[in-house]
Amino acid sequence: MAQKAIREFDAKSILAKHWDKYFPGFTYAYETIMVQNGSELTKAAKEKTWLKEKALVAKPDMLFGKRGKNGLVLFRDSKPGDVSLAKATSWIDEKSSTKQSVSFSFDGDTPTGEPKVDMLTHFIVEPFTPHSQEEEYYISATCVGDDDVLYMSAEGGMEVEENWDKVVEVKFPITATEEEIAEKIKKSIPKDVAKHDKDAFAEFAIGFFKAYRELNFAYLEINPFVLQGKKVELLDMVAKLDDTAGFMMRDEWGDVDFPTSFGMEEKSPEVLAIEDADSKSGASLKLTILKPEARIWTMVAGGGASVVYADTIADLAGIEDLANYGEYSGGPTTSETKFYAETILDLMTRSKDAKGRDKVLIIGGAIANFTDVAKTFTGIIQAFDNYADKMKKVGIKIYVRRGGPNYEKGLKDIKEAADRLGLYIEVYGPETHVTDIVRMALAK
Amino acid sequence: MAQLFTKDTQAIFWNNNTTAIQRMLDYDYTIKRKKPSVAGIVAPTSTSKFDKFFYGPDEIMIPLYKNTAEAKAAQPQADVLLNFASFRTAYDVTMEALALGGFTSIMVTAEGIPERLARKMNATAKAKNVTVIGPATVGAIAPGAFKIANIGGTIENIVQSKLHRAGSCGLVTRSGGLFNELSNIIAINADGIAEGVAIGGDRFVGSVFIDNLLRMEANPEVKYMLLLGEVGGTEEYKVIEAVKSGKIKKPIIAWCIGTIAKYYDSGVQFGHAGASANGDMETAEAKNKAMKAVGIHVPASFNDLPEIISAVYHELHAEGIIKNIADPAMNTCPSVRKSKEFICTISDDRGDEATYAGFPISSLATPDTGKGIGDVVSLLWFKKQYPKWATDFIETVIKTVADHGPAVSGAHNAKVTARAGKSVVESLVTGLLTIGPRFGGAIDDAAKYFKYANDNKLSPADFLNHMKKEGIPIPGIGHRIKSLKNPDLRVEGLKKYAAKCFPATPLLDYALTVEQLTTSKKENLILNVDGTIGILMVDMWRALGYTEEEINEFITSGTLNAFFIVGRSIGFIGHVLDEKRLAMPMYRHPMDDILYDVQVAEKI
Repeated sequence: MAQKAIREFDAKSILAKHWDKYFPGFTYAYETIMVQNGSELTKAAKEKTWLKEKALVAKPDMLFGKRGKNGLVLFRDSKPGDVSLAKATSWIDEKSSTKQSVSFSFDGDTPTGEPKVDMLTHFIVEPFTPHSQEEEYYISATCVGDDDVLYMSAEGGMEVEENWDKVVEVKFPITATEEEIAEKIKKSIPKDVAKHDKDAFAEFAIGFFKAYRELNFAYLEINPFVLQGKKVELLDMVAKLDDTAGFMMRDEWGDVDFPTSFGMEEKSPEVLAIEDADSKSGASLKLTILKPEARIWTMVAGGGASVVYADTIADLAGIEDLANYGEYSGGPTTSETKFYAETILDLMTRSKDAKGRDKVLIIGGAIANFTDVAKTFTGIIQAFDNYADKMKKVGIKIYVRRGGPNYEKGLKDIKEAADRLGLYIEVYGPETHVTDIVRMALAK
Repeated sequence: MAQLFTKDTQAIFWNNNTTAIQRMLDYDYTIKRKKPSVAGIVAPTSTSKFDKFFYGPDEIMIPLYKNTAEAKAAQPQADVLLNFASFRTAYDVTMEALALGGFTSIMVTAEGIPERLARKMNATAKAKNVTVIGPATVGAIAPGAFKIANIGGTIENIVQSKLHRAGSCGLVTRSGGLFNELSNIIAINADGIAEGVAIGGDRFVGSVFIDNLLRMEANPEVKYMLLLGEVGGTEEYKVIEAVKSGKIKKPIIAWCIGTIAKYYDSGVQFGHAGASANGDMETAEAKNKAMKAVGIHVPASFNDLPEIISAVYHELHAEGIIKNIADPAMNTCPSVRKSKEFICTISDDRGDEATYAGFPISSLATPDTGKGIGDVVSLLWFKKQYPKWATDFIETVIKTVADHGPAVSGAHNAKVTARAGKSVVESLVTGLLTIGPRFGGAIDDAAKYFKYANDNKLSPADFLNHMKKEGIPIPGIGHRIKSLKNPDLRVEGLKKYAAKCFPATPLLDYALTVEQLTTSKKENLILNVDGTIGILMVDMWRALGYTEEEINEFITSGTLNAFFIVGRSIGFIGHVLDEKRLAMPMYRHPMDDILYDVQVAEKI
């Protein structure tokens, strides 16, 4: 996926790193720190003296919003703005020691929907910034359809959603010049922005949008930011980066992390290994584990065909039986395919089916354009060689359907290998409808 | 433009992806195209000028270029760019091509171009009315006319899927693999496709479903369309609008894949980067439902597509809208082909009589043909028929350099070798091996440096300074004994001939101004015979219409020295035969002519 969410801390760090380029007329103290527990915070206070000198705010930094409504923003001990380093440290230790329940949607202050329960592992700590509601503003930018859209509002903070009708939307084509953008922004400053802030708001918005464009953000939101003359505070931020731009943004982004969001299962080592192999290859290797104990595993070539197989399995067997989703395409090498196949076979042979049935391995694919079928199948066969014993122990029926360059040899080779190893296999070519093997497998 | 490609469409292929290019040429041969569909290849790091490919059983050479501008200048008729650059450079390659102009469509294969760059590239192309296919695509095909790269797979699959001739379906998909699959399904259940495009899997692609379907609506060869959409995005709704408003009247069959996505939250990415639903409207189910509501033929599942294709096709066929298609004659690519190890472009001995650049030897050899050695050289060295003034000049040069007496080092070597009892050829090559930077090489260097000075408009004084900085004496200037007062008559002869017969002699004119300056310093610093030959050769080629690059290439490849080698071989052979005739004994250099200064080696 090209658009990836980053932590609030990283979003602020990226802006701070390029502050003078985009916001030369403003100052931003960049007093912010990310810690995983209380002792990290205590340790950091030796260098970052503001942690000891100022009242603090602490909150989890794990890609979810509505932290205030979930009671996960620490800004008061006995009264707002009195949080000491010691208090923040103990609060972080407390919140990170047990699993926390977090709701993502609210009706007023009442949570709706299923909350997610998980450990809190990352916290952001900043100084408490006393300010008035009037100084809070909202700004964000993203791409809608073919255009970039800048959203600006005088109502920042929690109020922005309730007052979405007051948000000014300005659209820009991708080819808009800096001059055109600046002019359009200046003309579109929300009416409610305080008169004395209007020019500063426009200047800030122009810099903000420029940063959004040039730093390859896919989504960038500051809600709210506080304008105090030329001094800016970024109270809360949400950001996504276009990770396909990573190769040209290495210096600009610095050491940025793309974490799994709260409540999502951590990626398994197998998935991480496939991701790593994918990033190093010109071909495409993708793996998502949906239900590792399920019966049907797929190893399908092609981004489109893999979806068709998943659709068909969901239609004919239901998703309860589908263990994984994934695809390999773009002409992977034999060793890449071997690695991919071994990863799947390893996961698949860890346990028997709970109901004692045979498991099903779908080695599917459309008629390839340029991927050499025999070559990729050679990798799969090598994986069979290494996993045949385990496969037999668990009980696996293999169904193959594939076409494309060298497919006759590929099909012949894989059939011979399975027969030699004593594995159950059925093999079909382009004369069989692409997803027909799913029906056949389920009929057995 | 109702048709994306025709039978005359030619492409420039960016990146020498030999497998994909060979697939295109196999296709061209199979469908009996007149010209290969790849006119040139941009191969920035290659040092070759062409690459060999099979065209049926034979081989052809496709020119290689360093960059798109060079390729486009040489192949202006090629209006399709197949951009096979990586995701790091694909944007730059496309933008450069758009700036150059002259392309009607650009196909971009790279997956994962930064979104912002992809959007900019697509918008720029749209403003210039250039169709971008991709990024992240396997391409497009106009069966029977033009096929991009790997689309359709192997030639066997292409014929099996009836992609070798136009059918009546317009096919648009995101996925490349499923494009192939659907071509096959359409071939089995209907009569094949008239035009097909895989628009690409990235979130931002250049031409979207509606762009392609509107073009197909206008293409009379297309009788109905098949759209394979995906979960994510709202492009299918533009098609729905076009059907509603009557912009598209031809029947459409459509299906969006990714119905499974509804079971999982947005964390699971199914298929392509573009396939992720933001909101209910973008789910595959919602889109399938909305398409069905406006009368688009939507099956119950992907598995039911064949049935619906067959039904639509047979209905249109029964109405007489689709006629039966006669299968055209095809060529068959041989399954075993051997690449040739050597290439010859100058002569051919396969016919009745061997030819020099197309001319039978007998048409050049005897005196009544009026042809001389200069004509033979122009045919075999340059593959051109030079005019008489030029062939006469070549002969003049050969005659002028034939010999310069026994004392020069090449002749001396040849004589010593002959006296050692070696054969004519052994003695000759000993002499020839002496030719190089100090002996005979002045012709090359004179042409090189004088041309450099003239090209860069250096004044004679600047030129002298330049050579001083290079630390070498000016090649072609200076003689042991001759001077302005005592001129070298060989030089005078060459100059006189050039003045009379050359259309113009700009480099010689320049060289003479240099000579004025050098002789003012020392009177034997005249333009010598080597210099005059090198310089006049450049003037000859200029007058014959060669470009400066071509002339520079002649100089660097050593063509000028070749004239000296040919001419002087005559003289060397003369000296060798002279030795044989005189039956001279083995030569031993007199010891009193050698300064012996040998110290006892020190121990270290």
